[in-house]
Amino acid sequence: MQYMAFIYAVPGSEAGYDGDIMADYGQFTQEAVAAGVFKAGDALMPTSDASSVQVRGGSTAVTDGPFAETKEVLGGYYLLECADLDEAIKWAAKIPTAKYGTIELRPLMVFER
Amino acid sequence: MNATLAHAYKADSGRVLAALIAQFRDFDLAEEALQDAMIEAARTWPRGGTPSSPSAWLLAVARRRALDRLRKLARAKDEALLQNLTLMAEDPPEEEAAQEIPDERLRLIFTCCHPALAQEAQVALTLRTLCGLSAREIAHAFLVPHATMNQRLTRAKAKIRHAGIPYKVPEGPEIATRLNTVLSVIYLIFNAGYAPRTPALSAEALRLCEGLHALQPKPETAGLWALMSLHMARDPARMDADNTLISLKDQDRTLWNHPAIARARTRLLHALAQSRPGPYQIQAAISALHCEAESWEGTDWPQILALYKALYKLSPTPVVALNHAVAKAHAGAPERALEALLKLETALFGYQPFHAAKADILAQCGHAARLEYDRAIALTTAPEELVFLRRKQQELP
Repeated sequence: MQYMAFIYAVPGSEAGYDGDIMADYGQFTQEAVAAGVFKAGDALMPTSDASSVQVRGGSTAVTDGPFAETKEVLGGYYLLECADLDEAIKWAAKIPTAKYGTIELRPLMVFER
Repeated sequence: MNATLAHAYKADSGRVLAALIAQFRDFDLAEEALQDAMIEAARTWPRGGTPSSPSAWLLAVARRRALDRLRKLARAKDEALLQNLTLMAEDPPEEEAAQEIPDERLRLIFTCCHPALAQEAQVALTLRTLCGLSAREIAHAFLVPHATMNQRLTRAKAKIRHAGIPYKVPEGPEIATRLNTVLSVIYLIFNAGYAPRTPALSAEALRLCEGLHALQPKPETAGLWALMSLHMARDPARMDADNTLISLKDQDRTLWNHPAIARARTRLLHALAQSRPGPYQIQAAISALHCEAESWEGTDWPQILALYKALYKLSPTPVVALNHAVAKAHAGAPERALEALLKLETALFGYQPFHAAKADILAQCGHAARLEYDRAIALTTAPEELVFLRRKQQELP
């Protein structure tokens, strides 16, 4: 099964991380690749660089943001190939941000042909 | 349902259902197939006689029915799948060969109590699949509408399927926490039967715990079993003729089930001897000390206080601190108990047992307690406890 691991954290909270977070992310990714679990993964630019797009009544509206200063925001993701939820939880727990943020695991929807 | 069939269902439906779910990985299909087999049994057993192993018969027939249902689905969909099913059907499960039902209940209880499910869903699913209770019976026990319970079960089963919650006994470092989740579900079921008095639920919890222990003996599982057994053993003395609670202090100890106490004690000592203490073993040890005392006054209070201290170290929650404080009062130090209670006021304000305990201890210290009893009474729903608290309030000087 494929699971999307969404990485949520309060912006700036990584400052309290105990250790070298970039090195730990690098190590996690390597480990996931070596285990054949890694499908994809990226970090995202902050919400200050985000734009929101909506089409209403045929016209496209674009706004700056969204901003959510104090709440946890999406900062990146991994797409993981795992046998079951227990394995996905095991990997999610190894993502460095799990120590101060939240990893949301969502199974990918499978459409029947 | 005839009596033999009802008995077979009661005794073995959990095991049969677990075997079906393990094979087909589908709760709904397994339930429907077992239902089909029950209907067939009701039709054929009265005429043809009861099979030598009713549950093996039910499993064999349910397997066939499940395959029939899958075949029908497959025919509508996919030829390759149909081929697979034909292979599956050729596998052993002949009625004669199926005398030994593989016990899949251990895997299933860990699936039902997976932490990715909400606790109320864990409880409902466990009662439905391992105890064979109907959605209606579970709804009744937890005082929710039937439709709500149906929806809760349906959503839990869908999440198991969609999120890939596995059918397996957990391994590695998470075993302890996963077992704790299972034990807390069992204890919740027990208490649901104990407080508003639906003894059937308490009996189911004991049966589940016994079964879990047989499949995977662990000290904490034995501890929980002993704890529940000790509660049950004191049950005959817990109420008076008017269905009012009698406090432990005033209970007629000759009414306690002493052989049951001895059995629980033996198993508890065996668990404790493995030197892997946990909250359930300690709570059972406290309960055992109460059960062994010939009288309230003769209770080994110093030992009980020491156990509460150990319990608080393992699970430092306000509720454990409350029980520790109450034990201090019983051990003859109500002023120290009151001191401890006042520190818990913010954490436990509005929690009925806190106000009931505070009222008792205020009274014991000779302080004004009437208002605190009012607070406790306002938070009480169980009628037997209402009467009990009002009586204590009236007895105030």
